[in-house]
Amino acid sequence: MNTPSALKRVMSLVMLAAGLGLLIWALVMDFSGSKVSYRGLPLIIGVIAIIIGLYFFPTLKHHRTIINVLFLFPLLFAFAVTVIIPLVLGIRYSFTDWDGIRIRNEVGLDNYIRMFKDPAFIWSIALTFLFVVVNMIMVNLVAFLLALLCTSKIKGLGFFRAAYFLPNLIGGIVLGYIWQFTFSNVVTKIFNMKYSMIADTGTAFIAVIIVYIWQYAGYIMLIYITGLNTIPGDVLEASAIDGATPMQTLFEIKIPMIAPTITICTFLTLTSAFKQFDVNLALTNGKGSLDIFGNYLTNGTEMLALNIYNTAVINQNYALGQAKAVLFFIILACVSIIQVRLSNKKEVEL
Amino acid sequence: MHTKEKPFNVVIRLIIAIIIAAYVLFPFFLVVLNSFKEAANITKNPIGFNGASFGQLVQNMRDVITNKNFMFWQSFGYSALITILSLALLALFGAMAAWVICRNKTKWSAVIYFTFIASMIIPFQVVMLPLISTFRDAGKFVGISMLKSVPGIVFAYLGFGGAMTVFILVGFIKGIPFDLEEAASIDGCSPEQVFFKVIFPLLTPVITTVTILNGMWIWNDYLLPSMMLGQNGPVRTLPVAVQAFVGSYVKQWNLILAAALLAILPMIIIFLIAQKQIMEGMIEGAVKG
Repeated sequence: MNTPSALKRVMSLVMLAAGLGLLIWALVMDFSGSKVSYRGLPLIIGVIAIIIGLYFFPTLKHHRTIINVLFLFPLLFAFAVTVIIPLVLGIRYSFTDWDGIRIRNEVGLDNYIRMFKDPAFIWSIALTFLFVVVNMIMVNLVAFLLALLCTSKIKGLGFFRAAYFLPNLIGGIVLGYIWQFTFSNVVTKIFNMKYSMIADTGTAFIAVIIVYIWQYAGYIMLIYITGLNTIPGDVLEASAIDGATPMQTLFEIKIPMIAPTITICTFLTLTSAFKQFDVNLALTNGKGSLDIFGNYLTNGTEMLALNIYNTAVINQNYALGQAKAVLFFIILACVSIIQVRLSNKKEVEL
Repeated sequence: MHTKEKPFNVVIRLIIAIIIAAYVLFPFFLVVLNSFKEAANITKNPIGFNGASFGQLVQNMRDVITNKNFMFWQSFGYSALITILSLALLALFGAMAAWVICRNKTKWSAVIYFTFIASMIIPFQVVMLPLISTFRDAGKFVGISMLKSVPGIVFAYLGFGGAMTVFILVGFIKGIPFDLEEAASIDGCSPEQVFFKVIFPLLTPVITTVTILNGMWIWNDYLLPSMMLGQNGPVRTLPVAVQAFVGSYVKQWNLILAAALLAILPMIIIFLIAQKQIMEGMIEGAVKG
């Protein structure tokens, strides 16, 4: 390695000094409550100068360490500020009466008790679990059948795969409005219905499921196709020679051999169905009247993610929304832990 | 498979495939068809060709593009800018971080790596409210606007996309022989030269994968930009603009569908160009993630 030149040494020290100077100047302005509009500039330039100074720092022994730190810094800093700090704050805020700006009182478990006393929220949880289970089964079934179709001998396979995958490219908001139009203006005309499917709570929920399968099955199909293609051709050939029927080949060779793929797809559909928000918002916005155990509810199609959003953002009930979000996090964490356990077990068995 | 099949079965399968394709593509067809019509003709007959004219398409497009709630070019420009900046920074900083985590076998890099992996289960909802207040307070404190600004949201995407990006990149870098790096440093390369001249060029295929995965997510994302940028802020992405536009034009389906067409067109064009890469990238991301 080259020995650090005198120029580099001077540059490094100048940069470090200038950077620290600018940084301190910016922080003094910040802490003294200055409202100067350009005070962000010295902060950024200062940090950049310090990074350049560190990079040219005249050392051979620690150069590798400096590079390691500099390489990790941008991503870790962004990660800490956008994920770790808000997560810690969020869990803490759920035990207070936080209103989005300040905290007046610690309220302990009040938010958690309140949300479980709210029948609308209980309904959202129940509906989400129903949605997740129905989707997990339906999306995987449809996707697997599509994958079988798309790995058999037909013309234009490339076109069909691309066409079935296409809906996955479009964002849920736009999709939701396209389907809202389809359900309320087109489906009603074709089947001569008086009311749109979205107008009734029960059928609106089915509508959300239809859209979700339409959007997601093509993607899961691609993963199943990859799985099916890893089955060695000679295994299938051997079974054909032994006189296995197509059904036997399917249930005794194909499905057992793609078991790991089935696990992946099951959990992909599981977590994504839990997080479903965009289509729910754009298609029904959670509306739908419902009479359950003597409670009249108006959020008949509102799932957990949308319920959290509506509680916090629309109704401005930040602390309660945050407590619901923490519960949402715990549910998803449990699902993930089960997934890791299951896939580890499979690996051991293999 | 090498078994001979009856031609009849093949034809049946082809017909089934065509019917499913027609069903899947039907909503897209509706969007295109009805963008050519007036609102009155759409309610009368949404699946017929009556009243569809090229002049009406131009009229609808003009109405949508000049609409103050939609501001197509502006929101399209911001969407593109935010997506491209986020993808470039995620690829660069992600690769840098993944390389250090992979090649620097210390307790710290293991801790960082497992924190990244564990964070992938965190749903956006649990961090979104404190995120907004943190960004607001931090922005006020240092005098840099973090909400309602492009740098702020790019920074947020860097934080949220970092974990998955690092995870996929680490998996790939592990497979690159360490001998390559040793040889380069014996030849006189400094660590940063080893990374930029030897490792980074080798990462092209995996960076394509993470860019596709992150690109699909960032371009279509609604919740984060709507929270950070606001429905009617100076900076808006396309999904936020669509939501604001539809909210202001209830049942004006010719305009709503023309807006939807404009919003999905960029993604469809990119898909037609890079279809193979996108489908492969999505599969890889799922299998590894």
